[in-house]
Amino acid sequence: MKERITGAEALMRSLVNEGVKTIFGYPGGAIMPVFDALYDYRDRLNHILVRHEQGATHAAQGFARVSGEVGCCIVTSGPGATNTITGIADAMIDSTPMVVICGQVGVSMLGTDAFQEVDVVGITSPISKWNFQIRRAEDVAWAVSRAFYIAKSGRPGPVVLDFAKNAQTGMVEYEPAKVDFIRSYDPDPQPSDEAIKLAARMIDDSVKPFVLVGQGVELGNAQNELREFLEKAQIPAGCTLLGLSALPTDHPLNMGMLGMHGNLGPNVMTNQCDLLIAIGMRFDDRVTGNLNTYAKQAKIIHFDIDPSEFDKNVKVDLPVLGNCKTTLAAVSKLISPAKHNSWIQGFQPYAEKEYNKVIEKAIHPTQGPLLMGEVVRKVSEAANNEAVLVTDVGQNQMFGCRYFKFTKPRSVVTSGGCGTMGFGLPAAIGATFGVPERTVCLFVGDGGLQMTIQELGTIMEQGCPVKIILLNNNFLGNVRQWQAMFFNHRYSFTPMANPDYEKIAEAYGIPAHTVIDRQDLDDSIRVMLDTPGPYLLQCAVMEEDNVLPMTPPGADVDKMMLEIKE
Amino acid sequence: MPNQNNDCQTCGKCDKNAREKNSVRNGMPLHTILVYSENISGLLSQITAVFTRRQVNIETLNVCASSTPGVHKYTITCYCDTEMAEMLKKQMEKRIDVLQANYFTDDQIYIQETALFKLSTPAILENNRISKVIRIHDAKIVEVNPTYSIVEKTGLTEEILSLFDSLTELECILQFVRSGRIAVTKSRIEKLDEYIQLREKKHAQIMEQ
Ligand SMILES: Cc1ncc(C[n+]2csc(CCOP(=O)(O)OP(=O)(O)O)c2C)c(N)n1
Repeated sequence: MKERITGAEALMRSLVNEGVKTIFGYPGGAIMPVFDALYDYRDRLNHILVRHEQGATHAAQGFARVSGEVGCCIVTSGPGATNTITGIADAMIDSTPMVVICGQVGVSMLGTDAFQEVDVVGITSPISKWNFQIRRAEDVAWAVSRAFYIAKSGRPGPVVLDFAKNAQTGMVEYEPAKVDFIRSYDPDPQPSDEAIKLAARMIDDSVKPFVLVGQGVELGNAQNELREFLEKAQIPAGCTLLGLSALPTDHPLNMGMLGMHGNLGPNVMTNQCDLLIAIGMRFDDRVTGNLNTYAKQAKIIHFDIDPSEFDKNVKVDLPVLGNCKTTLAAVSKLISPAKHNSWIQGFQPYAEKEYNKVIEKAIHPTQGPLLMGEVVRKVSEAANNEAVLVTDVGQNQMFGCRYFKFTKPRSVVTSGGCGTMGFGLPAAIGATFGVPERTVCLFVGDGGLQMTIQELGTIMEQGCPVKIILLNNNFLGNVRQWQAMFFNHRYSFTPMANPDYEKIAEAYGIPAHTVIDRQDLDDSIRVMLDTPGPYLLQCAVMEEDNVLPMTPPGADVDKMMLEIKE
Repeated sequence: MPNQNNDCQTCGKCDKNAREKNSVRNGMPLHTILVYSENISGLLSQITAVFTRRQVNIETLNVCASSTPGVHKYTITCYCDTEMAEMLKKQMEKRIDVLQANYFTDDQIYIQETALFKLSTPAILENNRISKVIRIHDAKIVEVNPTYSIVEKTGLTEEILSLFDSLTELECILQFVRSGRIAVTKSRIEKLDEYIQLREKKHAQIMEQ
């Protein structure tokens, strides 16, 4: 006779089967049988107790983004589950593989407004790739396997398992399950030979080709294929926010960041190329600006694994469906080596212009208060440009992404599509578990830090070596910048009184230091990086600095402002 | 209100006018979307959410088991342009348990609807035009008792609405209900079967590995 175990233990075995080693979670009534089972699995499953369930989801996201594995959370029903909503929505729009398991009241109490009963399946269905209510212990193995398969395959995303209490306590003859096929779901669509051939021909025929690199390249582990492709035909490229580390920053064909606060060259040249080659990106409005004038002169090829992205925002001439690891390699084989020298040189004047008008001032100021840009670049260089960049949302994020440099893949963790303040600190915690051997640098504003500041407790308990660089401007800076630009400097509720962050760090036993003077910056950064474990470096940065250049929302992609006219 | 001027005595002609009105609204053609999904609970709300999120109103919706075991068929109509129909198709197919979604215009499918009219029997006895109207519209009387009679009409939306208008004028309707549209394609190719065969082949390949 087969061994009978509880549904809760079946969950433990299923997680181990899926290769899970790290879980971010928080207990509560409706998930207690699972936490009880977890107690016996502490040697195999490293459970990190966060301080708020939102923190669990962002930590799982940070973990997933740097490691390429599925992030996993376990929380209780009702408020535990609703606290995960922001993280689930964030993971959905940023295609992050994650499985959230939440407790649920027993089946007999469903629909009775029982204590801590919330319709989790109903709430999460528009923001999850898949969700399922486990009502019987017999379904645990199958549901968990299906959840992980869906979360990580194809275009990754979050999956929610709503685990009814009776299914946690119910007994089952456990048999491991392995879902590796779902009839109605094709995560690995066969690329069409015709599309590949046509793409190669269009690329060969192009005089001014330009590549848009998205996170799809990282998700498909196609960084090498991308380089070979770009190098063979010498095609210049720009990267989206989430695609930044798919191509080393200093690669000669990397022309910089796309989007609202991206670099001038790649944005302007989007409207000058004759062929736009989008790879694993989704033409977000923060990248395209005004769609009516976006790349109208160019033919467009779109490589993506998700067919629903084709023609969604931008009409494309040739969709190439499939994992870009396969499709890029196939197209690379067919294209002829090319040079495009003068086209590539055409980016140079824009780079110079941006450097002279914006970048130099941002990273090499000689007087005045500290600037976010200089702090970011100094930290990046002090860490050999090899660290993982985690950001929160706002000016810290834009300066972080503009001035951090990348030499290694999977090195940028930021909330792109959702723009979730409070993402940074827990995501950085997750990243330290995902790549324990790497340095993890978090840039965060005084607003965003306070949205999930409770996770300092997690850092304290776990000793997570997060290097927290708090860019303190005493403002909700990004919103203040918009108020200055578009609302006549009416600073409606953006100035903020701040606590003593050093004292807060001290209370959590986290070493901390505040830099005010420029001449202390290098040494302080060194000390931060040389101190083992967590560290909080507070930088008192200029209060009313602005992120530039900028394409105002809805403006043409090539009409970037390099300065703000007062 | 539906076409008030319809004189049902000559509805052979007015049907066509009505039909043209019904197949386009605000310049948008009426699309029929046929969706096939695995038989898993909770899918209906996922499917309708795809429409609401993109501000498309569902005109009619019918769900039933399809001829393929374990597969459910949704027949949905809505007014939208082709680009939107394509977007809806892709977004529905993106849901894990949806097998296939395809959109059609009226010329590509065979369509039918059913309506039930509960009429006052005394009114029918009083006014003999009512029975005439029922006959002209090729509707069936399926139940008669001294209080009410039930009339069943199967046909196109316009035909049903034309009967409805006439009976409304004759002031005899106690209750009325019209089903969602149901449709089968006129194509000789069964797209769903093709898809399932393709997927089964892929499954076999995976099993071999
Ligand atoms: C949860 C959430 N609430 C509100 C916003 C809107 N918002 C975007 S940036 C920003 C200001 C961020 O201020 P701070 O964290 O101090 O960072 P800074 O921009 O100053 O670097 C706000 C309020 C958001 N993105 N997320």
